[in-house]
Amino acid sequence: MRSTDRMSNWVRISGPVSNEVPHPWCGLIAPRVGIPAAALIALALSIPAFAQAPPAPRSIVVIDAAHGGDDQGGSLKDQAGADTLEKSITLALGVRLRSLLAARGFAVVTTRESDIPVDAGRRAEIANRANAMACLSLHASQSGSGIHIFTSSLTPAEPAHLIPWKTAQAAWVTRSLALAGVLNSALLHAGMTVTLGRTALPGIDSMACPAVAIEVAPEISAGRPQPGSPSDDGYQVRVAQALAAAILEWRANASRAETPHP
Amino acid sequence: MACQRLARGDPPPVIPRYQTVLFFILLAASIVMGVVLWQLRARAHERLLAGQDSTPTRAPEVAPPEQATLYFANDADNTLMTQVLSLPLPPSPNARARAVLGKLLDLYTLPDAAHPVPGGGAAISQVFLLPATVGDSAATAPAPAAKDSQSGPQLAIVNLTGAFAAGHPSGLETETLTVLSICATLHANLPRVTQVRFLVDGQPRATLAGHADLTRTYLTADVVPTEGIHP
Repeated sequence: MRSTDRMSNWVRISGPVSNEVPHPWCGLIAPRVGIPAAALIALALSIPAFAQAPPAPRSIVVIDAAHGGDDQGGSLKDQAGADTLEKSITLALGVRLRSLLAARGFAVVTTRESDIPVDAGRRAEIANRANAMACLSLHASQSGSGIHIFTSSLTPAEPAHLIPWKTAQAAWVTRSLALAGVLNSALLHAGMTVTLGRTALPGIDSMACPAVAIEVAPEISAGRPQPGSPSDDGYQVRVAQALAAAILEWRANASRAETPHP
Repeated sequence: MACQRLARGDPPPVIPRYQTVLFFILLAASIVMGVVLWQLRARAHERLLAGQDSTPTRAPEVAPPEQATLYFANDADNTLMTQVLSLPLPPSPNARARAVLGKLLDLYTLPDAAHPVPGGGAAISQVFLLPATVGDSAATAPAPAAKDSQSGPQLAIVNLTGAFAAGHPSGLETETLTVLSICATLHANLPRVTQVRFLVDGQPRATLAGHADLTRTYLTADVVPTEGIHP
């Protein structure tokens, strides 16, 4: 495991370095820490003693409840017709998902735990520092229906030593698309309508991890007289359960991929 | 004097006849002069209007209808679908781009629109077409690439009104679809447009309504989908 602390434009790097290569971290932080830190990371990656250390299990999930503070997001109607702010819905859904994932043995890192403003750069910084196996950015909207899963619209790129901060996600787009596929399957299995898409979202585009934006829209089904609002507790629970199941599947897939075949 | 006359029993003085006659003559002359002056003013106004050549020198131009391809967004399935319409389009590329986008946004205001967005065609303040540059679409400074400004790729700068951005529904899907449908429609009708940037009231803006990034340059090659697939 690695950890970094950014102080102004410098990053302090501590802890053993695993042999997970390729990894764009050194390139990602190089523009912010300068050449000496990048050279240290490159040197550490090439040391056999560190390379022989067994990689620590990566069961960290970042939950990014979008908006907060002055950034209220959109306004949605609840079942009673009252207005509910998107920032409140994303926080509530994030808390539910955090509990479910923690109960399944995941270490959960959140970008906010209360109604505070967090800018897009800070969100990406938290996600990148966590070195997570999955980053989920939660949104809610009155438009459309079902669950909208978005991945970054950046063109996939090979991991490199120097990665621009604004396009860090480019090296992870392929894995993000795979994560979106797993989420799609789990949500469909839970009986929800899912649409997939690509978008340009500043927070996601700067994340160096498999990152997906999940937008919860009103649930429209033939058996319901009224569409289910994203602020509805039951709807949120079912969405959170499906997402937790998908993350479990994602971890299982990663474990199978890392297990050496005889 | 009057008191003395009254004390003496003299009759009260009267206005002489000639003064009365003179008063009425002057009054009649004033009225006649007023009427004449009013008529002269009316005639002068008519001469002034007659001196202005208000006849149209050129008949208003009616552009012939042309085929325009619009990419309509659909919130239900998160797709862009093409529709070909016959529209009178001006010959100027800038005006043509504005007309096409105005029609696209007008149709989003219809009650049964699959992607309801308020604002309509008035939401497009201007569309500027500039020689395109090649570079990182998000961050780095681009380098000039268009050797021939007459036939090279173009960058379209779409200036939206603040009222449109303020009234746009908030959401990842709806904002993304609006941006992508604008980019795809521009490229479909002006094939030289390969990059699109957005301004709101002439100023850069972080997001459209809280989600879709408006600070980046959108490449139409990444945006224009094959018909019916997700953007």
